[in-house]
Amino acid sequence: MIQPTNLGPRSWLSYRGGSGYLLWALHRVTGLGLLLFLALHIVDIFLLSFGPAAFEHLLVLYTSPPGRLMEIFLLFGVLFHAVNGLRIIVQDLFTKSWERRRHDRLIVVQLVVFLLIFLPAAWIMFGSFLESLS
Amino acid sequence: MSRREGGGHRRPEGSGFEASAWFFMRVSGVVLLGLAVFHLFWMHFVIGVENIDFNAVAGRWEGRWGPLWRLYDLALLVFALAHGVNGFRYVLEDYVQRPGRRLALKSIAYILSFLLISAGAYIIFTFDSGGV
Repeated sequence: MIQPTNLGPRSWLSYRGGSGYLLWALHRVTGLGLLLFLALHIVDIFLLSFGPAAFEHLLVLYTSPPGRLMEIFLLFGVLFHAVNGLRIIVQDLFTKSWERRRHDRLIVVQLVVFLLIFLPAAWIMFGSFLESLS
Repeated sequence: MSRREGGGHRRPEGSGFEASAWFFMRVSGVVLLGLAVFHLFWMHFVIGVENIDFNAVAGRWEGRWGPLWRLYDLALLVFALAHGVNGFRYVLEDYVQRPGRRLALKSIAYILSFLLISAGAYIIFTFDSGGV
């Protein structure tokens, strides 16, 4: 169990707890990143009310090469947060699964599921990135 | 609050606000698993970011299935923002110890999300391409 922290910035970077700590940290980081993107996304859709020019002006942000790379991060964030969140829900329903060995086994399943979806999808997105360069 | 390895919290005791928030995070999480993942798959792999412009949005929101798409996007907006803001609240509870600062940051987060949800709902309900 990881206790709430009040140990200052250095402790945020140190590795505490077992196999779940990195997942916990990634869940937070991806969550915050997704919230930030959601805010940006609502703003760009809101620009629709100012007509095509205003809207399409901002879309360049997404079709440019840096935007295409960010798209891969977005995919990573959504998929990781989704798969990890689903595991948390499953573990909440089956509390026995918090026992260390079962927990670690579930994490392996989770990572395999994540990679099976992420790798091919990211490969396609990387192709779009290369196209956006030319 | 009782935190767990790998993310998530133990279900808070009782039936108060924190217990409801805990339950909401699970329910909205499952809803978003469908809504957000399908939205990303549709927009990025079926349509493609390079093909999205004003007309593409008009075709979606004003086409035959327009009302359904608007409803879909409204649900996505509400669930994603509520889920995200509550998650942000958890982060503030964990890292911001001083009560005054915590209240201030929470208030800013709530005001910002109210503005964002209003802006998003406004455009979903009022979008009119003018017949392009």
